Amino acid sequence: MSTHKLPAIVLALGLGSGAAYSAGPNLGTPIEPGEIAAWDIQHPARRHGPAARGGTPAQGRAHLRAEVRPVPRGERQRGGLCRSGRRCAARQRQSIRRRRSPTSGAIPPPSSISSGGRCPGSNRARSPNNEVYALTAYILAENKLIGENDSMNPETLPKVRMPNRDGFIIRFPDKI
Amino acid sequence: MHSGTPDIDPDKHRLVIHGLVKRPLAFTLDALARYPMVSRMTFVECGGTSAPMFSKEPIQASVQALHGLASCAEWTGVPLSTLLEETGIDPKAKWLVAEGADSLALSRSVPLTKALDDAMVALYQNGERLMPGNGYPMRLAPPRLGRQHERQIPAPVEVGRSPGHELLRDPHLFTDPAGRKGVPVLLPAGGQSFITHPSPGLALKGPGYYEISGIAYSGNGRFQDHGFGRRRAELGAGGPAGAGALQGFYPVPHALAVGRRSCGPAKPRLGRAGNVQPTRAQFVAQRGETQKVPNVLGFPNQHYNSLTSWRSTAKGR
Repeated sequence: MSTHKLPAIVLALGLGSGAAYSAGPNLGTPIEPGEIAAWDIQHPARRHGPAARGGTPAQGRAHLRAEVRPVPRGERQRGGLCRSGRRCAARQRQSIRRRRSPTSGAIPPPSSISSGGRCPGSNRARSPNNEVYALTAYILAENKLIGENDSMNPETLPKVRMPNRDGFIIRFPDKI
Repeated sequence: MHSGTPDIDPDKHRLVIHGLVKRPLAFTLDALARYPMVSRMTFVECGGTSAPMFSKEPIQASVQALHGLASCAEWTGVPLSTLLEETGIDPKAKWLVAEGADSLALSRSVPLTKALDDAMVALYQNGERLMPGNGYPMRLAPPRLGRQHERQIPAPVEVGRSPGHELLRDPHLFTDPAGRKGVPVLLPAGGQSFITHPSPGLALKGPGYYEISGIAYSGNGRFQDHGFGRRRAELGAGGPAGAGALQGFYPVPHALAVGRRSCGPAKPRLGRAGNVQPTRAQFVAQRGETQKVPNVLGFPNQHYNSLTSWRSTAKGR
């Protein structure tokens, strides 16, 4: 496709009517200005997001326990999904055990924490919410990186000194 | 893929084009699959390709660890120009900001002329639907752009007058063509090449000649001369330098090219557009180098594309 196509397109748009924009399939759906706000990276809500108060390790621990619910023995043995659609408690506990650090016995901290809620089809304008901060605080406290009563919020989280702050850990140095 | 593999419902995913356009449009995956498609063989590289080479001292690592953030595939999808024609473009528009739907929602700016030239919204890779770890259900594939990150899984595409700022900015700042810092942009990748054999892990077993092979690619088209074998791959025994011809390179523009030579003179790679791969000294003078040896998995100063070479010990390692 030629690089000289832009002037042609601009000229065509300038002279054309508003009814037909292209001879193509035209399968796109027009969207209203109000709907664009969620996609507009210049929109204040997208740039800054709603304010989050934060969360504590205790709140994160409570949330985790609420998520890991006991299930009937038969379902647990099969290792499938619980009736609620969540993974069985046994499998979740097993997954957590596998991720425990061999040195500290705690869940290893993540290398970074991002806004997990900003996915298409969900609320793209959402910033890390209190639940995310609480779970983050719980993991950090389990690894003795913050105190049991420290609250994580947009101001305190960036100040936590992560153990791998000077670079990522090479998992298989002998393979490089 | 940044921040793991996104779990995206293809029925809910939308490609939204808005900004300086006549009418903003949203495209579903089903709608895009009905458009006429094109296929192109082209490379994809990370904005941090060969970044460890910024090291002041040679890094003892393999070719995969140093240069492995590049690949090549046949991409099939809808030309972005087709979709932009349907939205209509404001004459003031010069840039396009593409934002990914991965969890970090990184965004990069692409010159609009480039977007209208050969960029596509890819749905297939090597004849199959994109894999979740490689951009499913759709990804922006602007061939030959590599100075910064390739974007995956575009969700909104905003057309504007200037390069846009991303929501969650990288810790590294970039300078756009107008000299403004802090604007991540995609620009045509310069010539890049590296020798894959011999290289660490593929030691020379004894004196004699060895074929030198490697990979080269450029955002500016085909290579006229790969120049592989600029160092004589010999141990002990003497021999004619410069014998051996370039063989077997892949004559597809913007694709990875495989070159082989027994040996040859030092020569920078020359693209069809006349672009010459910079020497180490030229590159360091412009982009600098690290003060200490960086982590091989780090990205000091991002993309690196000067001439590189291996040094062999007397034992061929």
